[in-house]
Amino acid sequence: MNAVVAAQSPLVRAIGVHKSFGDNEVLKGITLDVAHGEVVVILGPSGSGKSTFLRCLNHLESIDKGAIEIGGEQIGYKVSRGRLVKLSDRAIAAQRRSIGMVFQQFNLYPHMTALENIIEAPVGVHGVPRDAAIAYAQELLARVGLSDKQDAYPRQMSGGQQQRVAIARALAIRPRLMLFDEPTSALDPELVGEVLSTMRDLADGGLTMIVVTHEIGFAKEAADRVVFMDGGVVVEQGTPDRILANPTHPRTQAFLKRFLG
Amino acid sequence: MTRDTTDPHAPVARDVASAHRPVPWRRLVLWLLLVLVAIDFAVVVARNPNFGWPVVAEWFTERSVLGGLSVTLGLTVVAMTLGTALGLLIAMARLSRDRMLNGLASLFVWVFRGTPLLVQLIFWYNLSTLFPEMSISIPWGPVLASWNTNDLITPMTAAIIGLSLNEAAYMAEIIRGGLLSVDKGQYEATDAFGMTRWRALRRVILPQAMRSIVPPTGNQLISMIKATSLVSVIAMADLLHSVQTIYNRTFDVIPMLMVAVIWYLLITSVLSVGQRYLERYYARGERDSVQSAKIAAETPA
Ligand SMILES: Nc1ncnc2c1ncn2[C@@H]1O[C@H](COP(=O)(O)OP(=O)(O)O)[C@@H](O)[C@H]1O
Ligand SMILES: [Mg+2]
Repeated sequence: MNAVVAAQSPLVRAIGVHKSFGDNEVLKGITLDVAHGEVVVILGPSGSGKSTFLRCLNHLESIDKGAIEIGGEQIGYKVSRGRLVKLSDRAIAAQRRSIGMVFQQFNLYPHMTALENIIEAPVGVHGVPRDAAIAYAQELLARVGLSDKQDAYPRQMSGGQQQRVAIARALAIRPRLMLFDEPTSALDPELVGEVLSTMRDLADGGLTMIVVTHEIGFAKEAADRVVFMDGGVVVEQGTPDRILANPTHPRTQAFLKRFLG
Repeated sequence: MTRDTTDPHAPVARDVASAHRPVPWRRLVLWLLLVLVAIDFAVVVARNPNFGWPVVAEWFTERSVLGGLSVTLGLTVVAMTLGTALGLLIAMARLSRDRMLNGLASLFVWVFRGTPLLVQLIFWYNLSTLFPEMSISIPWGPVLASWNTNDLITPMTAAIIGLSLNEAAYMAEIIRGGLLSVDKGQYEATDAFGMTRWRALRRVILPQAMRSIVPPTGNQLISMIKATSLVSVIAMADLLHSVQTIYNRTFDVIPMLMVAVIWYLLITSVLSVGQRYLERYYARGERDSVQSAKIAAETPA
């Protein structure tokens, strides 16, 4: 947990975000600020729009109403001659380059080794010299405890190892924000711990993280703030102690009861 | 009676590591029979004077035959390269969200896949009867350059245009299928990392799509080698055309056709070997391929 959360303007600002798929309104006005260095855990039942919200933050999905700002820059749009216009694909791609994302299904590139996976974006997108990218990739592999796997292909690794490589891959672009979408949900139970402990190290290191997960233990230990989402709205939020121990909203209470037994 | 498991004389299960493989007698006999039949057939064919093997040997590397062979190979390489490049663009257009691109690409595939290649070749060859003159100009403005169509459309250019466009239509569908076979999460990862479309395609999507693109492309290439023989209708001297010219003079029809057949088989054999290597290359990172490679390395041939 980060003792000091910098008292400056928030890194992430979501203001009244709405998103529909056809007639299905999935996000019904999400407003959420995330400070620099803050670790926010989003909890909520399946289908409540958590993944959609994360995907809106880096514009993998466009939003219908509201606004998203990261580092003071509006995502997906710019003001031109006093009017708001949509950014080009290229400009949107550029905005995503400071945001790391970790997926439920890892989504490592199966035809590349662990090391190649990690240096792909730094070398190909960020223009980092290959030698420097390799050196940093090896440092990251050491940090996630997989130095011996640098030449392994994803399918030769366990799920937990793959997810740790995926985390290293996301860190390799030196992101100012990391998004995690249920990073341990596809893992066998005995492999969950290794991934969570890697994530806890990142949280301790001061990285700004938004984590969608069902791991209540992780929320309790690593989160600065827990956000409970249901039905496309933020139902309640607060410190882990308050939300997890004394939820005020009946829907939060029902959800936690199911998870904590 | 109770059996003591520590009794040294009791029957025990033995370690399978010491197991012997039974000799597959029936298979060996079948193989032997097959080899005998093959040898017999080869001898019959070799001894049959009607095949005219001396004539085959005499003409096999004759200049006009080799000339025809190089036309066949050259046309195949050029048409396949252009066809594949254009096919990739059309596949991307068909997968894009842009309605106009999508429609144009579909129209292209519809026309060039839906009409016989022979008709397309004749059409390109006779383009000058439809458009005697071609020019580059600013619409409703001045003409910048203009050519006589007959000067542009030689048998060679007509053959290249016809074969390439036809090939592009087929390759577009093969490539589109390959791109669709790649997991959605891969597209998502490249997007999330801010890769440009083109880079994502080149570095991440295509290498994975190649696994399903290579086998049908091998088929296409081999059909293309044979399809080039159609260009003889527009007076291109490909391999088949040059042996035909010879047997029209010498009446050695079968021996000359054997010359062509052997050349075609040689080329396709070389291509098949190449295809195997390509398939193995694009299968890297697959669990089975790693295991089978290991097994292959461990078992002496
Ligand atoms: N691409 C999409 N097209 C249509 N509906 C979608 C799409 N993505 C998500 N949804 C719908 O949005 C709702 C919320 O999904 P999601 O954000 O994945 O929820 P969560 O991550 O909280 O489980 C679900 O009803 C889902 O069916
Ligand atoms: Mg989800």
